[in-house]
Amino acid sequence: MNFLYALTHKVREAPISAGTFNLVCITMACVVAVHASHLPIWLTLLLGFALLASHWRRRHRPGKTPMWLKLPLTLGLLAGIVVWYGNLFGREPGSAFAVGLLVLKTFECETVRDVRVAVAFACFALMAALLSDQGLVVTVAVALAIVPALMSLRSLEPGQAQRTITQAALPALGLLAAAVPLALLAFLFVPRLSEPLWGAPAADTAKPGLSSSMSPGDLTELLTDDSAAMRVSFDGVAPGPDQRYFRAFVMWNFDGRRWDHGYGRRGEVAGLLPQGPVATYEITLEATHRRTLPALDVPMAAPEGARLSADRELSSNDRIDDVRRYRLSSALGYGLQADLDENTRRLGLQLPPNFDPRARALAQQWRLTFGQNDEGIARAALGLFHDGGFRYTLAPAPLGRDSIDDFLFNTHEGFCEHYASAFTFLMRAAGIPARVVTGYQGGFYNRLGQYLLVRQSNAHAWSEVWLAGRGWVRFDPTGAVRPERIAADGTSAGDGSGPWYQPAWLQAARNRWDIVNRLWAQGVTGFDALRQRSLLQPFGVREAPPSMLVTILASGICLLAAIGLGWALYRRPEGDVAQRALARLKARLERRGLASRASEAPGHYFSRAARFWPSQRKELESLGTLYNHLTYARSEPAPELARRFARMAREFRPPRVVK
Amino acid sequence: MTRVARAWSAVLRRAERRLPSLTRLRSPEALPIVLHRRRIYIVPTGFGLGFTVLLAVMVLGALNYSNNSALLLTCLVGAAAAGSMLVAFRTLDGIALTAIRAQTVVAGEDVPLTIDIAPGKRTRSSLQMDVAGRRLAFAVVSDVSVTLELALPTEQRGYMAMPRMRLFTTWPLGMFRAWSWLHPEHKVLVYPRAEAFGPPPRDPSLDADRGRPHPGDEPAALRMYRPGDPRRQIAWKLSARHEFLLVKDMEQPAPEAEWQLSWQSMHGMDNESRIARLARWVNEAHLAGYRWSLALPDRLFDVAQGDEHFHRCMTALALQP
Repeated sequence: MNFLYALTHKVREAPISAGTFNLVCITMACVVAVHASHLPIWLTLLLGFALLASHWRRRHRPGKTPMWLKLPLTLGLLAGIVVWYGNLFGREPGSAFAVGLLVLKTFECETVRDVRVAVAFACFALMAALLSDQGLVVTVAVALAIVPALMSLRSLEPGQAQRTITQAALPALGLLAAAVPLALLAFLFVPRLSEPLWGAPAADTAKPGLSSSMSPGDLTELLTDDSAAMRVSFDGVAPGPDQRYFRAFVMWNFDGRRWDHGYGRRGEVAGLLPQGPVATYEITLEATHRRTLPALDVPMAAPEGARLSADRELSSNDRIDDVRRYRLSSALGYGLQADLDENTRRLGLQLPPNFDPRARALAQQWRLTFGQNDEGIARAALGLFHDGGFRYTLAPAPLGRDSIDDFLFNTHEGFCEHYASAFTFLMRAAGIPARVVTGYQGGFYNRLGQYLLVRQSNAHAWSEVWLAGRGWVRFDPTGAVRPERIAADGTSAGDGSGPWYQPAWLQAARNRWDIVNRLWAQGVTGFDALRQRSLLQPFGVREAPPSMLVTILASGICLLAAIGLGWALYRRPEGDVAQRALARLKARLERRGLASRASEAPGHYFSRAARFWPSQRKELESLGTLYNHLTYARSEPAPELARRFARMAREFRPPRVVK
Repeated sequence: MTRVARAWSAVLRRAERRLPSLTRLRSPEALPIVLHRRRIYIVPTGFGLGFTVLLAVMVLGALNYSNNSALLLTCLVGAAAAGSMLVAFRTLDGIALTAIRAQTVVAGEDVPLTIDIAPGKRTRSSLQMDVAGRRLAFAVVSDVSVTLELALPTEQRGYMAMPRMRLFTTWPLGMFRAWSWLHPEHKVLVYPRAEAFGPPPRDPSLDADRGRPHPGDEPAALRMYRPGDPRRQIAWKLSARHEFLLVKDMEQPAPEAEWQLSWQSMHGMDNESRIARLARWVNEAHLAGYRWSLALPDRLFDVAQGDEHFHRCMTALALQP
């Protein structure tokens, strides 16, 4: 069977095969697919169409693409992106332009060089897709997209036996699989930069999340967003649902419509007197592109790289552009700021003049009724919400200028921020210092993964009221209206039961899937410089410096290289038992001075050896006879004879020649 | 000799012993040639270097943006690229050039060659061989030898050494090029080119009986009829004048021409022209089925005919100094 392939003088200049072009098109389709989540839909569709057109063209109109076709396509792409994004620079338009150019590159994929350039930059574009989302799904998709890229490169090599696409895919997958150990080693030990070398990318669109101000209706978008906000794993038992309040912002300033956090109050941190259990936990926070770190009410001290504001809000020293993990201890029962200084008291009573007269009147009336019993007033307000015909809805009617009055006496519907806002207003109007706190409340406790999943939809707003002798006390007026919102192991804040497209089994599946996401976020995405340094803790190294990481990386690479070389150098032994034994014996005798000749039959070799070492003549001759008998007397050598020959050859000791 | 020079030559000797292909590059070696780790070289290709730069940029970007997913996948692609180096090595390691067969041609023609490549117990893809400005691409299946066919141009008579051949591969990703030089100790015999036109050989013995009828034209002899002779061979007219039947004896072999070709018979010609003329005469005599002898300055080929005689004579002519 002979394979003889066409002789071409310059193989590299040869046009690529149809199979290669198909693989390149598949690669480009993968690139478009992994970028589809952030490309505008019209561009995704156009690029898919262009890819099909390019494929059709090469099949039916082979040859070079004329310039009058290529130039308008490229200019059109450029114009479309500039019109859509407003400019060409920046991550989003830049990656859109790169993906577009790659797809257009298929119009001029004629030579080996073209394909290599296209595939190399396709790899680059695939990695760029991870800049906008480095979740598990996208990462796996990108990893799979590498396979057709490698297959394209393989198909370029000349002189291959014809293969089906699965026969071509398996070796490429095998190559990737064999690369996994080295990749993992490099991933674990390549020292991470503690600070970026150049400017960290500015987020083009702020992710929805808690913001530092609150006006009615702001949270609606957030409360319907089921993406994960953070995951909390507790040392020991998780606190009950009614204690799962994660504070993010404390808001003092109210202008009649909007509660505002300002920049956080600096100054002396409010004194905290823990009363009761202390929870210790670790939070894995998704990227927020802000500085605030939510913490369970009330954090006792700031973790490394963060500080406490005067109102015990935690804020990080740098912006959270990546998954962040931090450990905290919080007092679940507490006395917060038992003594209120005059400044803070004034701030806690501040109200905009000429707003909401009916609410103020109501508060004054309560003050007359309850006298100095501040807590009684607060209970009265909660009772109003509970019995006053209020309704919890995520789609409340819009409010007028006097938003509090409108809500309290007119619409009677709203969600947490309406209630917190109105409650705080009423307290202040009654002369009780109060403030709005926003953050997250509740969450889903994943028993399988032993952690609390807090979603964006768990965003919440509540009030804190300063009571003499007790300090700041949390009041959640939403709970008065809709207790299940607070108490439930709720998954969604929506009104009524879950929407029709989210049946229970789907929710359950999503909760399991979230464990995988959490592991991914902890193990891969959140593997930063800090965690890398503590990587060697199980081996007794408290903090591994970068030089140690590099040493480990180098030695690991050497070890893997040795394994790889062992694999590369291993040759399956040729021949049967007797032939191998003969080859070993010959090698040994050669070291003693008797080299075998290429043209020599084994029998001749042994007789020559017998002359060389006359003292061993008998043994050598019997070896020769046995080998000849084994090899030439029968078509199938008897295994026991072959083994005997092998044993004899192994035990033969040529005498040392004294020179 | 200074100590430094001695040390240097010791290093060189050791290097040549450890890397035989450094020396084998210069001296041809006997078949079979088995490739092994000390004679296989690997360097990245231009594409490999470019891809490495791209990977470096990707790693730097991933580190800068602390994007661990991108870092992981970049490491994966990089490790796969590094692994492809080992695959390239394995593609060449253990492959053997077992035999070369060449036909004989006259100088100036292309000599067809076949080269046998034994793959050993490994299937190898996308092997390429550069030989004499041509490039062959082929694949081999384990335990099945491949025969490559190619043609080498020839220029002069005599033994032509096999050119240095390069067996290489860029399998699987085109990022590394592994190669080994093959310089087999195999010589191809090239016969001298015959001159295009020239006089027939002049032979003194032929001059003497010029005018004698050419053999085979006429019946050579008449003899008495023997029972069993075919009737049409009876010479009826002649028999009429005799008492017995005469038969034209056609069966007697016609005396063949004997060309006595001699180096000395040509005067005032240089060696190459003599060789070219002798080659033409030998060719003509061989084709016509004549018998010929060939006298060269150093040896004499006695009168004979046939393929073996032809090849002996042509070999001697090819190897004339």
